[in-house]
Amino acid sequence: MIAGPRHGSSRKVARALRALLTLSAAATLGCGVTYFEIPIETPIQPKLDVSAFQRVLIAGFVTGGSDDVDANQETVRLLRSQLRTKSSLRVIDADVMPLVEIAQGQNKPVGDVRQGATAPENGAEAVAAPVPSDLQPLPLPDEIRNERDLEQYERLFANTAYWRQIGEEYQNPLIVTGTVLFMPHSRAGFVSRDVEQYDSFGRRRVVPTRTYMERKGFILRPKFVFIDGRTGSTIHQETYREEILYNAQQNTPALSSYFELMDRLVPSFLSALSSQKIRGTRVLLQ
Amino acid sequence: MFLRFVACCALTLLVTQASVQAAGDTRSDARAQVEFGINVALRGLWREAIYRWEQAAELDPTYAAAYNNLAVAYEHEGDFDKARQAYEKALAIEPRNVQIRQNYELFKEINDRRTAAREQP
Repeated sequence: MIAGPRHGSSRKVARALRALLTLSAAATLGCGVTYFEIPIETPIQPKLDVSAFQRVLIAGFVTGGSDDVDANQETVRLLRSQLRTKSSLRVIDADVMPLVEIAQGQNKPVGDVRQGATAPENGAEAVAAPVPSDLQPLPLPDEIRNERDLEQYERLFANTAYWRQIGEEYQNPLIVTGTVLFMPHSRAGFVSRDVEQYDSFGRRRVVPTRTYMERKGFILRPKFVFIDGRTGSTIHQETYREEILYNAQQNTPALSSYFELMDRLVPSFLSALSSQKIRGTRVLLQ
Repeated sequence: MFLRFVACCALTLLVTQASVQAAGDTRSDARAQVEFGINVALRGLWREAIYRWEQAAELDPTYAAAYNNLAVAYEHEGDFDKARQAYEKALAIEPRNVQIRQNYELFKEINDRRTAAREQP
């Protein structure tokens, strides 16, 4: 009486197991798709059609903020070296234009500019066409400390006559100019950090902890303006903003912070002029 | 009468078997094309791979792997519209396939970045 049901239940279990195995085998066969990971390079076309230009002139930048870095010289040097290796355009080697002085020169009444009263030393006054009367108004700040100071200099990029003259001088290249604000920045507040802790058994664990910290660093805010050297008109412009913060005790040189921040946005700048390849991995299925 | 019935049944069975076999042949032909495509893609011959995977998709339009692989190849060639269409077809066939979905998400990330860059003034 007792053995019968036991025998029956074991047979049921065996049958159920067999069914389960059959099902799992079928599922494995059904889902057992082989796959291959493969590296791919996705080409991205440039934002600008630069086929009309053979040459590019990184003219110079209106810069402000920190005095620790000559942002005009450094930006011109960095962009030229990047474009030499990563663009098909020929990079023109020319003196870096002191655009702050040029803009201030242009802002003077027309007579003053012709007399060369505040002309920059590198001969830029020869092509410093006066600003049209409707763009004449406010005096430019001597020192550029923030974004507001910088904005007033942007009228320089609207002076098509001036940029056309520069274009003629360098045989109608694509002109890259703009503004660069590199300024010190500090912030205090709660920061989330992972802290290592060991329990009584010596086991390590990482606990997210919020701590109050004073941090200092820099903000980099460049605006790149692309000008057609044949007409002097702006064809494209783009603005970026990057910031970096360190512990208040950490002493990081301004120049290395500048390069760290520029490194982040150089690929975006290059993607305006030349095609880029984005590396990644995809899965091929069988 | 009985013989006629048996003959009818046998014929029906044969026709069904033949059609099942044909469907199986189609899938195995498509699978062979997909495998060949993978082999050449692994050697960097993407154009040839595209041809093979297009053949596979034509042979068996319900073969999600063929569309997935085609999408990857189009992406590699910079043909974003075709890549998107192929990914969408693959996902329509196998909406729960994690690998296809993962590929598609990665593709969308690049495609969104590209279109955003183009829309920037």
